[in-house]
Amino acid sequence: MNEIVSLKNIVVDFDGEPVLTGLSLDIHDKEFVTFLGPSGCGKTTTLRVIGGFVQPKSGNVFFNGKDITALPPYKRQVNTVFQKYALFPHLNVFENVAFGLRLQKLPEKEIRSRVLEMLEVVGLKGFERRHTDRLSGGQQQRVAIARGLVNHPKVLLLDEPLGALDLKLRKEMQLELKRLQQAMDITFIYVTHDQEEALTMSDTVVVMNDGDIQQIGSPEDIYNEPKNAFVADFIGESNILDGIMLKDFQVEFAGSQFTCVDKGFERNQPVQVVVRPEDVQVVPAIQGQLTGIVKDVIFKGVHFEMHVEQAGYEWIIHSTQASAPGELIGMRIGPDEIHIMARMEE
Amino acid sequence: MKQSHLRALQRVYLVLLFSFMYVPIAVMAVFSFNESKSRTIFTGFTFKWYQSLFHNEMILSALGLSLVVALIAAVVATVVGTAAAIGINAMGKRSQAVINNISYMPVVNPEIITGVSLMLLFVVVKDGIAWANQNLGWALPENVFGLPTLLVAHISFCLPYVIFNVSPKLRQLDVRVYEAALDLGCNPKQAFFKVVLPELAPAILSAFLICLTYSIDDFLISYFTSGTTQTLPIVIYSMTRKKVSPEINALSTVMFLVILAIILVYNYLDGRRERRKA
Amino acid sequence: MLKNKSLAFPYLVWMTVFIAVPLLIVVYFAFTTRSGAFTLENITALDDYTTVFVRSLLLAAIATVICLVLAFPVGYWLSRLPVSSQRMMQMLVILPMWMNFLLRTYAWMSLLENNGLINRFLGLFGIGPFEMINTQGAVVLGMVYNYLPYMILPLYTAMVKIDGSIIEAAQDLGADIFRVLGRVLIPLAMPGIATGITMVFVPSVSTFIISRMLGGGDTMLVGDLIELQFLGNSYNYNLGSAMSLVLMVIVLLCMSLTNTSGNKDGVEGVM
Repeated sequence: MNEIVSLKNIVVDFDGEPVLTGLSLDIHDKEFVTFLGPSGCGKTTTLRVIGGFVQPKSGNVFFNGKDITALPPYKRQVNTVFQKYALFPHLNVFENVAFGLRLQKLPEKEIRSRVLEMLEVVGLKGFERRHTDRLSGGQQQRVAIARGLVNHPKVLLLDEPLGALDLKLRKEMQLELKRLQQAMDITFIYVTHDQEEALTMSDTVVVMNDGDIQQIGSPEDIYNEPKNAFVADFIGESNILDGIMLKDFQVEFAGSQFTCVDKGFERNQPVQVVVRPEDVQVVPAIQGQLTGIVKDVIFKGVHFEMHVEQAGYEWIIHSTQASAPGELIGMRIGPDEIHIMARMEE
Repeated sequence: MKQSHLRALQRVYLVLLFSFMYVPIAVMAVFSFNESKSRTIFTGFTFKWYQSLFHNEMILSALGLSLVVALIAAVVATVVGTAAAIGINAMGKRSQAVINNISYMPVVNPEIITGVSLMLLFVVVKDGIAWANQNLGWALPENVFGLPTLLVAHISFCLPYVIFNVSPKLRQLDVRVYEAALDLGCNPKQAFFKVVLPELAPAILSAFLICLTYSIDDFLISYFTSGTTQTLPIVIYSMTRKKVSPEINALSTVMFLVILAIILVYNYLDGRRERRKA
Repeated sequence: MLKNKSLAFPYLVWMTVFIAVPLLIVVYFAFTTRSGAFTLENITALDDYTTVFVRSLLLAAIATVICLVLAFPVGYWLSRLPVSSQRMMQMLVILPMWMNFLLRTYAWMSLLENNGLINRFLGLFGIGPFEMINTQGAVVLGMVYNYLPYMILPLYTAMVKIDGSIIEAAQDLGADIFRVLGRVLIPLAMPGIATGITMVFVPSVSTFIISRMLGGGDTMLVGDLIELQFLGNSYNYNLGSAMSLVLMVIVLLCMSLTNTSGNKDGVEGVM
């Protein structure tokens, strides 16, 4: 797979505040890539660097191998779907979508057919003459997407495009976006702070924090093998405990020793252990590797969420069966479910 | 063009433009301290123009008249205009549109025409009184021009501004607040004065201030409707016709400083109010 | 009390008596002789003053265009500033407007005089002196100076509503600076442009102070003519009313023109 966009040592600061601190990243062609991170982590800024709206203080942006760092936005072959859509309020749906094509001075006939075709793709056939303020949020979103895609960009940048939509519509649009990306066969770079959204849609997830990349990988990798505590914590709820790697395949945490699948650490190296809430098996107390007292139980629809106190640490456990608050339960954790990360030096 | 170049260009442009707006005022201020009557050569520093300004009977009495007219006109316009805004708000859309168009008339019409038309009205009234005095044996004062005509004129051009200031606030007003007050035992009058009026107070106050400043500042309409009475702007006009009179410079400087002070105080209070809200 | 329509009654009476009736009196005077007989002579007599009307329209139009060109970038830049500095800059724009209009115009008299400050300054470099006061250029300058804030403010108000991402979206779709201006900024700023044009053009076309103070005797404008009929030596209410009427019609025509172009919403293309 070839790289369509490459960032090399990008540094950005706003009024002396560092926003990106030497970020490097390769994005492969025809992938659905997501920048995931909390607000202020620099994900939107990274997107804007690619779009040309932010000039990096140093570093280079490559597009198809060519350096485009100094190129203004209107000369770049990427298009953006903005956070609040940024539809032109003085133009109707048709003219909004046609905007880029008109700038290219294409013949009227081609503009017409391409716009109508694109409106059909995003499910807005028949809305051509509609004024943009007479559209629902979801429809405005579709216009914004069509307006970008109609120019046949190599890369579409999407800046938290679903943020303003309600949950149900969001789920629909997630699938729709994925379908569009596959149908158009181009690269989507998607910014979100919603880890679930990132995991459902992406081929590659780039987890960011404090102006740099924390981890790049497939959704499965990111979820199952978080590289550090930040990633583990950000990608879903986790139990993160301090532990000691006794030797290969043997770790001690929460006052007990466990078999694991990790190796290559030093003997007695301090580590952090991540266990997903759904990976803790609830068993009668006598059979447990650990025992704890159930503090409370919340019904979450498909599962129960329990908080369990064990030796001063409060575990989060997802289970299909509820235990009663106050009950003493046993917990078992399989070797595969224990994820070891080197502890960061404090 | 690089972004930094663009920013530099922008700064240069803004500096030039604001110099254009402020240099003439600054020049006047500087020459108000000029010893000689020259408007171009600075010969020495003096306060004498300020002294003669504050001893100039004509200017002081004109200032007094301007303040009286402004105060009365602003009070009347604010009361009548606020009541009208409430009444108009209770009307249907179509009547509102018609009335709005009438209210816009004096705002969009060239001031000179408002002035001239009022002058003609007063002339007609004057002629009518003269005729009545002669033929019906009335004994009314014939010369209506002066304070009464000035007041009528100033109230007339102030009124629309009150409407335009208060109406939007009224539209934003949550009717349920008024209804809640009724529900809690207020009679309509109490509900209005205890709940609605405090909501409208900032808009009414700013309408009042706008009327005050427009009235003090007005020259054109006063010029046509004052007869031989002189408001401050009319005195200023006659002074500018005499060309060399450094008192004008002193007067401008004083007025500018007074306005600056008022605006700064107003902004300070406004800012404090907003901060308290937040 | 909130639903009481009769509260508007005093206002409506006032506006009828002191705004509507006076305008009707103007119309009446315009079409009558001194003795009160109907006539069209006042209107036809305006033929002699065509040059004055044309000059007024032309100078006011030039001043309006200059204001628009000068104010547009200022309005845009102000609208892009952080909110806290916007307030400050707005104050800077408004402040000179609070200065009495006569004094502001008077200030330019001393600057433009033949031995005024500007000529003296230029003289230092061996340039000039130029004949600046009592020219049409001085009148236009006076108009621009006095009414520039009336152009900046509505433009700023219109453009502050344009979200930055809309401009970015246009760039993103391939528009360079000029096309962003032509296809997005100007259409979206249209309501502000229309208001600004009205607010500069109307007082400019009807002024008599600026022409009298800066234009000398040669650049008489419609406002001067009208003033002469009512308070000056000519003293002819009927002719003055006819002039006022024509001026009013011209102003209304211009305004309906700018308003329709402002409300069209810049719909373009076939769809």
